[in-house]
Amino acid sequence: MIRRKPPAGLLFALPALAWIGLFFLIPVLIMAGYSLHPLTDAGTPGPLSIADYAAFFAEPAYVQALADSVITTIVVVIASTLLAYPFAWCIACVVPKPYQRIALIAAILPFWTSYVVRSYAWLLALSPVGAVNKTLLALHIVSHPVMFAYNPQATEFGFVHFFLMLNTLTIYASLAQINPRYELAARDLGASAWRGFLTITLPLSIPGVAVGAFLTIVLCIGDYVTPQILGGFRELLLPQLIMMQIQRQLDLPMASAMSLLLTVLVALAYLSLQRWLRMARL
Amino acid sequence: MASSRFAHPSRRLPALLLLGLGVALAAPQAKAAGTLNVLTWCDHEDPTLLQPFEAANGVKVNFKDIGSTADALAILGQSKPGDWDVIVLDETDTGRLERMGLLAPLDRADYPFATIPAAIANPKLTSVDGTLYTVPEKFGYNTVAFNTSAVSPTAMANIQAPWDPKYKGRVAVYDYYVPEIQYAALALGMNPDKITPAEFPALKTKLLALKANAAMVGDVTTVQQALTTGAVDILVGGGEWVTAGIQADSPNLTYTIPSQGGIRWQQGLGIFAASKDKPLGVKFIQYILSPVGQAKLATSSCYWGMPANTQAALTPAQKADLRWDNQPTYIKDSYPYIQMTPTLDKQLQALWAEVMQGK
Repeated sequence: MIRRKPPAGLLFALPALAWIGLFFLIPVLIMAGYSLHPLTDAGTPGPLSIADYAAFFAEPAYVQALADSVITTIVVVIASTLLAYPFAWCIACVVPKPYQRIALIAAILPFWTSYVVRSYAWLLALSPVGAVNKTLLALHIVSHPVMFAYNPQATEFGFVHFFLMLNTLTIYASLAQINPRYELAARDLGASAWRGFLTITLPLSIPGVAVGAFLTIVLCIGDYVTPQILGGFRELLLPQLIMMQIQRQLDLPMASAMSLLLTVLVALAYLSLQRWLRMARL
Repeated sequence: MASSRFAHPSRRLPALLLLGLGVALAAPQAKAAGTLNVLTWCDHEDPTLLQPFEAANGVKVNFKDIGSTADALAILGQSKPGDWDVIVLDETDTGRLERMGLLAPLDRADYPFATIPAAIANPKLTSVDGTLYTVPEKFGYNTVAFNTSAVSPTAMANIQAPWDPKYKGRVAVYDYYVPEIQYAALALGMNPDKITPAEFPALKTKLLALKANAAMVGDVTTVQQALTTGAVDILVGGGEWVTAGIQADSPNLTYTIPSQGGIRWQQGLGIFAASKDKPLGVKFIQYILSPVGQAKLATSSCYWGMPANTQAALTPAQKADLRWDNQPTYIKDSYPYIQMTPTLDKQLQALWAEVMQGK
């Protein structure tokens, strides 16, 4: 009998597969199991049922929360990418090499502050009695405090501040790997600087943009802290609804159902960005 | 039975996995002799409250902070029976925990019910089928807290005041949907004890109008900060728990119960059915209900509230901050939290979500 040797690649991949199985697949399966046993009136898990999923889609406010989470995430991805790209490009292409490290450290300095503290700091700055309003009032630009905080825009603002840094890093990493001779060759062949950027630099930096966008989607769509602190409940995002299920009644089945829907959204985002998600190119 | 919640066949694998992690993280390291393990809210954690009991009984109080009964259930699900002895809970959950088999029956004669107001000792909150399961220890109100330098107490005596357009943008709303929905019911002249789905449309309209007038809806920390920093002048859902403890620094902040009434929160102490040291649990509850224990609990560094025992050894200044003399009227004019079932809770959560998503 001929014994077939397992492919070396599979052996090398086993630790990673085991890690993913243990810390991702099994927890997701457990969550799926919870979501299919809705709580009874006695507060105990009931028989197998998709009632919690049906209840979710039957309640317009819950579906709206899901839609708001998606919209907020899209706005944050677009805004943070548009702001991060020129910043990363300047660091990679304009700042002299010896100073690029300093510029990157400056870019990620806000990461050194706790996420919660940073959100509260923004709340203090944006609140009706915060620094921004005080300045505007002192300069007589406004006569009454402007409501910068406690609304969805404040949530998006807080997110963009955070993800701007993240996107700057991923886009910079991508730009730094592009051989500058490609663009020089294009210029030699008569292309303008703008055309060289559009046809050479931008396409080659898309993996960095895609990785940044994907990380933003993953972290933003499931975030509870920023909308809770800055959003002022003007609209509920799905993570806030999930917390409501857990904090008050420990309704783990409904919370699991909602969390699985978030996981599905992240999976869809991954599939749509998959062709550009090549970490090796970063 | 409590264990049924965690022994459903489909939950065995998660339960096993959670047990390993949870017991290590949440449960007491060892049920040492002379230790009382308490699941408690932050107001029972002051050393000045616990040390006299520990010294008098030669024991150590090992507490685990919880924010709600749901937190407690999550911890219990990760612990062994008998790991925890005493729980501090919102007394609307007495029946829920009793139905789960978690609470031990208590002897009414062990506690000072003679000096607890009848409305606070209400068997609907403390007992199931005539058996006592929790002892009330502290209560307060979800009504309206406000800044007297910006709004007049006379105006705030009307429950409709936070809906007044002249306060637009100066109102904060506490985000706990149960008292807020009940408060809106009161404002509509409904009975907040008996909210039915037929009343949801009117409640939604009323709450949407409140939201439209409000600058924000937020959790405890956010709304407290908004009121104390002057970002808002009125806090709907606020009460002595926001204002009483900070009177020295913010004497202009106060609370009232409008003439139409308010909503009353009430917390109590229970002993777990699986506790291995129930007599010590009884002693702990007796200490907390003693005049000294009640005074310390009422003026906790975490939040103030009215002591259940009218014999609490509070100073005249502390009584003034708590509106002690108004209590007979306030208790009469307020309604306890609605008796909750999972179905009603889901309905109220959905209503609240609709309000939050509505324009």
